[in-house]
Amino acid sequence: MLDFTPEEWTAIRLSLKVAFWAVLASLPPGILVAWLLARGRFPGRILLDGLVHLPLVLPPVVTGYLLLLLFGRQGPLGKMLAEVGITFAFNWTGAVLACAIMAFPLLVRAIRLSLEAIDPKLEQAAGSLGAPPWAVFATITMPLALPGILAGAILCFAKALGEFGATITFVSNIPGVTQTLPSAIYSHLQVPSGDGPALRLTLVSVAIAIFALIASELLARQVRRRVGGGDA
Amino acid sequence: MLEIDLTHRQGNFTLTARFTTGPGVTILLGPSGAGKTTLLDLVAGLKRPESGHIKVEDTVLTDAGAGIFQAPHQRRIGYVFQEARLFPHLTVRQNLLYGRLFTRATPPAGLDTIADLLDIAPLLARRPRDLSGGERQRVAIGRALLSAPRLLLLDEPLSALDAARKAELLPYLVRLRDQMQLPMLYVTHQPAEVASLATGWIGVQDGQAGPIPPPAQAQ
Repeated sequence: MLDFTPEEWTAIRLSLKVAFWAVLASLPPGILVAWLLARGRFPGRILLDGLVHLPLVLPPVVTGYLLLLLFGRQGPLGKMLAEVGITFAFNWTGAVLACAIMAFPLLVRAIRLSLEAIDPKLEQAAGSLGAPPWAVFATITMPLALPGILAGAILCFAKALGEFGATITFVSNIPGVTQTLPSAIYSHLQVPSGDGPALRLTLVSVAIAIFALIASELLARQVRRRVGGGDA
Repeated sequence: MLEIDLTHRQGNFTLTARFTTGPGVTILLGPSGAGKTTLLDLVAGLKRPESGHIKVEDTVLTDAGAGIFQAPHQRRIGYVFQEARLFPHLTVRQNLLYGRLFTRATPPAGLDTIADLLDIAPLLARRPRDLSGGERQRVAIGRALLSAPRLLLLDEPLSALDAARKAELLPYLVRLRDQMQLPMLYVTHQPAEVASLATGWIGVQDGQAGPIPPPAQAQ
């Protein structure tokens, strides 16, 4: 059952690589945006909130097409980045970008919820003890939000592994370059003999997704215990 | 010691305060909603007065006219809130030493002395959620002391406690007053509660704060 062909291993490995980098790249902006949405009081907050959630409600093919328009070889951003040696189009880095954008709402949501669960009075108390704002953020806010950040990162990872529509639209389905697990499954289903391989890869996808969801739920429980069950 | 002369507006409510305090424990006495906590927040820098100034010793904390406003973390003013506000992810010891990370100033006493004084030495390894209300409040006081404040603000630190716990915590505060050279500003609406503690009285009523004689219930 688990004797994957080299092509299948390549797709699994590439998927894991793409998902890993998608999480890593979206964590810093994810924390920043979540903090802005949880604590910021500025005009345009609702607009930012909407913009972040856009990939959740747009058809993935639309997101992929917009990425192609912006970051494609002829796109305005794509041209600019090509000059400094960064290409997204038809490259695995493009899959990272597509997955990161599609998973971003989930990441931001998880972090934002954990930030909103933190009592600002604790941060005030830290300030009264002499901690400057950056230290309050590093020693109080971040540790208390950590389980939420981890839960968000795992959800983001699982979503990135499963992303199909935006990825295939933006960077196509090139074996060994941009063919991730879902694209490989899709390719197998296009040929008459592909049912077996497709099913095997489907089981891999299901296993990874279940693992991620359980891990995420366990971490979410911990955040509730840590932030909610502490000081009166 | 502390010199306050200010006006602060908050919605429909206007607070005018004009007084100075000496060493020892100055009680801010007044009914709920009179503006006592607002006054502490102004001293701590959590609120910014509309006009006037606040000085501690020779340091101007805020002066609206001169555009001076020191951020809360620069003021070295300890604040014991109504709820202890201990950091839930840190042990009691880490909570106590938190303020040490940010100052080189010498606290009125070391960790061991303060832990003994407040009877919290056996709790050092515990987490805040495993403490009783009285223990939490004592840790909060110890944490504020170890941050080496030049003034300690206490906002009804006994209000969350029952009568027995109040009676238990008061002697610690008296010891604090007598053994540490640290002026305190103590908010309460029950003068009898702090009769043994008070060295000076400020009345806060209908948005006006100023010196008053010791109330009859406290004698």
